Amino acid sequence: MRNLLILGAGTAGTMIANKLRRRLDRDDWQITIVDQDDRHHYQPGYLFLPFGTYTEKQVVRSRHTFLPDGVDFVVAEVDRIDPEASSVALTDGRSLAYDYLVIATGTTPRPDQTPGMLGPEWRKSIFDFYTLEGSKALAEALKDFDHGRLVVHVTEMPIKCPVAPLEFAFLAESYLRERGIRDRVELTYVTPLPGAFTKPAASEHLGSMLDERKISLESDFMVESIDNEKKALVSYDEREVPFDLLVTVPLNMGADFVARSGMGDELNYVPVDKHTLQSKKYANVFAVGDAGDIPASKAGSVAHFAVEIFVDNFLELIGGRPMTGSFDGHANCFIESGDGKGLLIDFNYDTEPLPGKFPLPKVGPLDLLKESRANHVGKLAFRHIYWNVLLPGRPVPLPTHMSMAGKVTTSTNQEK
Amino acid sequence: MPVTTIDGHEIHVDDEGFMTVYDEWSEDLGKTLAAQIGIDMTDEHWQAIRFLRSDFTAQGETPTLRRVSVTGGIPTKRLFQLFPKKPAKKMAYVAGLPKPQGCV
Repeated sequence: MRNLLILGAGTAGTMIANKLRRRLDRDDWQITIVDQDDRHHYQPGYLFLPFGTYTEKQVVRSRHTFLPDGVDFVVAEVDRIDPEASSVALTDGRSLAYDYLVIATGTTPRPDQTPGMLGPEWRKSIFDFYTLEGSKALAEALKDFDHGRLVVHVTEMPIKCPVAPLEFAFLAESYLRERGIRDRVELTYVTPLPGAFTKPAASEHLGSMLDERKISLESDFMVESIDNEKKALVSYDEREVPFDLLVTVPLNMGADFVARSGMGDELNYVPVDKHTLQSKKYANVFAVGDAGDIPASKAGSVAHFAVEIFVDNFLELIGGRPMTGSFDGHANCFIESGDGKGLLIDFNYDTEPLPGKFPLPKVGPLDLLKESRANHVGKLAFRHIYWNVLLPGRPVPLPTHMSMAGKVTTSTNQEK
Repeated sequence: MPVTTIDGHEIHVDDEGFMTVYDEWSEDLGKTLAAQIGIDMTDEHWQAIRFLRSDFTAQGETPTLRRVSVTGGIPTKRLFQLFPKKPAKKMAYVAGLPKPQGCV
């Protein structure tokens, strides 16, 4: 009997358990999945909680209901991995041996890493929306907020769902307008990047959307600390951005047990081959989803496409054949822009987000890098697809590899 | 890829002037590149640049600011003083390495 051990029953881990349980012989393969609790969060839903679009019940379900028969679900905390011995020690003293290990423990916001973030103003005037608790607390704070400086802030890249803070800014702007108090609020978007987003064409387009909405952009801002008395963000180059309400995305880091096991980089991400997700150091270890260090967006769509490649590769590997699948970094993200509209971006390691139609050339029905109602409807519909199609590992009718079909390229926005 | 001549050295650079061929760099050239962006190299500057060069050889990519601070042992605050305003970009420029990958 061989053992596949999966750490993390989130998006990537759950999909892998479902897909591989169907394809691995039950007499030969045991599959065990470990997570520290039994609550699976639909994290994209956090964005909507502060505006009352979603309720908590719509974004949290039991992890075990998404796991198939024949997969052992262990609720425990991981102490450390011993990759030389191929075993994982849990904090309750148990130890799990594996033949193959998948690290799928994602990335976590760490407000403790920025001096002053967890100070007296935390959850009073400083909020995050990358946790359920933070998002719920922010919903209450927003209701009471009727004038002043609202600052949306990104601490450091990479963060999961890199478009989410922009979406939050767009939705907040629309929300304030609906409440008739937009003119009483000064909105600022603060980012460590040189512009609104990471890739040139998208950064320009999203930057002009900030302009249109009179949201000022404070770029190249590397936060050093938060001054709770002055209520201001302070950067390493000694700029200050004052706030009455701060919505921050804290530093994101991989799991601490990865660091304790000596398997992480400076942000606890596991160094892996960007095309196979196999550990650069241990041939029987993979990191799938946000837990690895691949230069792709940390996002559910990336985890989904990567899982498709991983599963086929894994079957080749255990069959003694070379792995032939190659992940291209494909990401596909809806971006809420307020007023019931949204954008869609589709990109990979080599091609930046471009305008055009998706998934079919000319027909769409979705527009790329352009606001439309269909994209907003798509984003909302995705929650159902996530729970009912994606997590159970059923086929999603989207190409795993990014396709250039439908994309409009010009010489100026070709990736260099 | 454009080719340019700096201080008698012929080097390959990208559109923004970042060197693209690792072995075309030398410390002399680094000093000249630094002077072009108004930086007078001290031992502390060199400590950062040497870390960037050796880390690039090991990892195959230009280290992030966090990596220079955590792994290279130079506090971020100090990097902002040594290479004002845009330390990640300026260090890569002086070290003759590709522009740091913004993130994704």
